[in-house]
Amino acid sequence: MAEQEQRRPQRREQEPTEQAEVEPVDREATEAIDELLDEIDSVLEENAEEFVKNYVQKGGE
Amino acid sequence: MATKKVIGTETEFGISIRRQPDFNPSLASGFVINAYEGVRARVQWSFEEESPGRDARGFGFESGGAGDYESGVVNMVLSNGARLYVDHAHPEYSSPEAADPRTAALYDKAGERVLALAAASAQERVGPDEVVGIYKNNSDGKGNSYGAHENYLIARQIPFGDIIEFMTTFMVTRQILTGAGKVGSENDRPDVAYQITQRADFFEEEVGLETTLKRPIINTRDEPHADPEKYRRLHVIIGDATMSEVQTFIKLGITELVLSALEDSALPDSLQLADPVGSCWMVSHDVSLGEPLRLAHGGTATALELQQQYLEWITKYAESERDDDVTRAVLVEWGAALDLLESNPMGAADRLDWVAKYALLQGYADRGVGWDDSKMAAVDLQYHDVNPERSLYQKLVGARRMRTMFTPEEVDNAVRNPPDATRAYFRGRCVQRYPESLVAANWDSLVFDTGHELLKRVPMMEPLRGTRELTEEILDQALDAAELLTALGGS
Repeated sequence: MAEQEQRRPQRREQEPTEQAEVEPVDREATEAIDELLDEIDSVLEENAEEFVKNYVQKGGE
Repeated sequence: MATKKVIGTETEFGISIRRQPDFNPSLASGFVINAYEGVRARVQWSFEEESPGRDARGFGFESGGAGDYESGVVNMVLSNGARLYVDHAHPEYSSPEAADPRTAALYDKAGERVLALAAASAQERVGPDEVVGIYKNNSDGKGNSYGAHENYLIARQIPFGDIIEFMTTFMVTRQILTGAGKVGSENDRPDVAYQITQRADFFEEEVGLETTLKRPIINTRDEPHADPEKYRRLHVIIGDATMSEVQTFIKLGITELVLSALEDSALPDSLQLADPVGSCWMVSHDVSLGEPLRLAHGGTATALELQQQYLEWITKYAESERDDDVTRAVLVEWGAALDLLESNPMGAADRLDWVAKYALLQGYADRGVGWDDSKMAAVDLQYHDVNPERSLYQKLVGARRMRTMFTPEEVDNAVRNPPDATRAYFRGRCVQRYPESLVAANWDSLVFDTGHELLKRVPMMEPLRGTRELTEEILDQALDAAELLTALGGS
């Protein structure tokens, strides 16, 4: 178990150099979610209940 | 050597026009599609079977009537080779055929952009308080599901029994990589706060033809839209529409590879589950990823362990059979995603929709919002809005929390122009050059009206012909459809 825990982080560190054709991700940005939730609150539909209740889809496929 | 897997996706989008008094989803879908102002041809969509008169370039030439065409519904062929139409009560985008999973993922993303553009135009034409909303998801949270289907061209010679035997467990377990995440459960499944997929609750059979009732894990629809002697089209209905570009790439890439390995007899075991249908929703309901699934021949394994087994086999298969950059990228992404799910699941929030959405919802839960609060369902829904100003997925991209594969310029180009390496190239270029003459279309033919008494049909039974390499010169030189048909060998 301890051996696994040591091995895993090392593999993840190598990951970005292996991944082809992707944009770099700001790792620090993944730390704090509060700022993001505040921003999302500013674009989230004001009346969540009405928004969700009226979303009904029938038929298809 | 396996058949080259031509890939396409079909996405039914959720639709709403809020505060429209007499909102009707079928009429609204037609309204939104008609509002699309990109280069397209309004056509009749033919369901008539083709006769395979083809020449070395992959298309032949026939004269004849236009046949029986579906009428009365909105159908467009776009300049990128896609089909845009109304499927019952939803706008649907069927991507142009792609010759590799990266291109297929790009044209899937282009479909989102097409719907965003159509919705923006539609928004200008409705009342001041009405809001046009288009959502790339698969459930309304009230027991209604609509599809995101994948299509893979496979050799006709593979016995369908082998597909059922070898693909079922793969399809059930790949859900940990294909899920878009959903608040709650539906269709009388056990209650959960959050689950991995939008679709799993709706699967009730192992095998079948249905797509709207008693949905099966393996769908038997057999319309190859290509030479039926050589090909079958595997119509995969057990998957979510994905916003993440990396995730769409993984979903299409790993499925294409496993199908190729099956065709080359390179899957050592079928890994059959004792209860595939039960396992289907159990996998989806288990965000801890620890649920043991019973195997048919005894013992248990988790979805993650079974996916790791497929990865091991496919890595070995690819070493001998598939030496190309796209395949290598698929394997890297597959392995990286499985490693994260094993060691640090929330670390996959930058590439898997279900994890990204889960992280957001957990954030709200930590702020004291209950899982059954409307706000949670609203976050779930708005994640999938195709409007870039409202989409929560897009907010994550903007905050550099979600990896992307394609630049906005690449996506815009894919909205306008077809892929090079399939017959979609010929279809899309014909829409660009001769839209007035194009009267009907199907995946495997185009029908032109050149002013003659008879309409002219160009069959395209080979998906890997009609490519840029084979047809660009003819298309560049033919100034109108009549010249094109002459150049193709007709009169």
